[in-house]
Amino acid sequence: MKEDLLTGDILDEHHELSLRELCRVCSLDTMRIVEFVDEGILKPTGRIQANWRFSAVTIQVVQRTVRLQRDLDINLAGVALVLDLMEEIERLRSRVEVLDRS
Amino acid sequence: MDFKDYYQVIGVEKDATQDEVKRAYRRLARKYHPDVSKEPHAEARFKEIGEAHDVLSDPDKRAAYDKLGAGWKSGQDFSPPPDWDTGFEFRGGGFNGEGASTYSDFFEALFGQRMGAARPGRRQTRVQARGDDHHAKVLIDLEDAYEGATRTITLRNPEWDSDGRLVYKEHTLKVRIPKGLKKGQEIRLAGQGTPGMGGGEPGDLYLEIGFNPHRLYRIDGRDLYLNLPVAPWEAALGATVQVPTPGGLVDLSIPAGTPTGRKLRLKGLGIPGTPPGDIYVILVITLPAATNDSAKELYRKMESELAFNPRSKLGV
Repeated sequence: MKEDLLTGDILDEHHELSLRELCRVCSLDTMRIVEFVDEGILKPTGRIQANWRFSAVTIQVVQRTVRLQRDLDINLAGVALVLDLMEEIERLRSRVEVLDRS
Repeated sequence: MDFKDYYQVIGVEKDATQDEVKRAYRRLARKYHPDVSKEPHAEARFKEIGEAHDVLSDPDKRAAYDKLGAGWKSGQDFSPPPDWDTGFEFRGGGFNGEGASTYSDFFEALFGQRMGAARPGRRQTRVQARGDDHHAKVLIDLEDAYEGATRTITLRNPEWDSDGRLVYKEHTLKVRIPKGLKKGQEIRLAGQGTPGMGGGEPGDLYLEIGFNPHRLYRIDGRDLYLNLPVAPWEAALGATVQVPTPGGLVDLSIPAGTPTGRKLRLKGLGIPGTPPGDIYVILVITLPAATNDSAKELYRKMESELAFNPRSKLGV
């Protein structure tokens, strides 16, 4: 069987999605995403909902949020806190790694 | 197939109450959740814990498992005796998205088949459902981030065979890893996840990028850090020295009087991107060994002629 070489979409800050696209990619309804925005977990550009644009990195955050909510039974404020702390830990870990081997 | 001791997995006694099972599960789920945990094999552990909880928290499944489980030890080669589950009714949810693809063969042999068996045979309303998304981690070398690479990914997709049993089919993909990726970034391959059911859309495949440790550089986002040994006279008098970068050798000019530990930046030579990362070169002044007479003589000469007190700031 011949395999084709696949090229995916890089989910970085240079790609943007509308609310509708984000909902489709993450299989969630608009209400859930709006909740995430209200909690400050997602930070779209555009001041009104109709103009919201999300960076593609958001997909990862949405999926992580859904998993944490579902698997650990955490409410949204809790997830927001976990995500902030994780980001901080990740930042500190990279620093430690840089310093450890100097 | 190995027998799985679910009590051992969750760390409770065989006579544990439902509350004890729940508490033990909660504690372990937090510890091994793949989004939070840095424990090795967190994901596999998390699935195993979830599976154990699934069985032990459901009184019917637990009773069936207990009846079967007496006499078996964890890891023993196992196949379920015929009709082992007569007299029990499972209220489990069959093919419930994420779940179906994450249970072990052991679990499937006990609780999966039976729920699956009813599925394709009966003429019921066909459910249409989008397939699951897959997530996989891909480790690349730093050089791959500069040049791009290809990787072969193997996935296991659940499928119903002609007897209505749930089987896993391996599915191999060759994926281009473009240059300029940083740690934690994801690539989405639309439609490469689990096929949908009843004509539903397939799920997507997400690949998360990680880096193998590098011999020379530490990686932080798109920036690299490199320790560069320099001779005392290069640091004291200034010099131009060669520095290896993943893109090739570059010349770095060291100003006279540079102290050890000084960080010099090679702008834009880190991992490519918009904007590209930088390389930080950390100077480490390295002493020549005083192993022969002429080297000793040079050090003695410095001692007598330089009037140097490295501890003057300490007041000694």
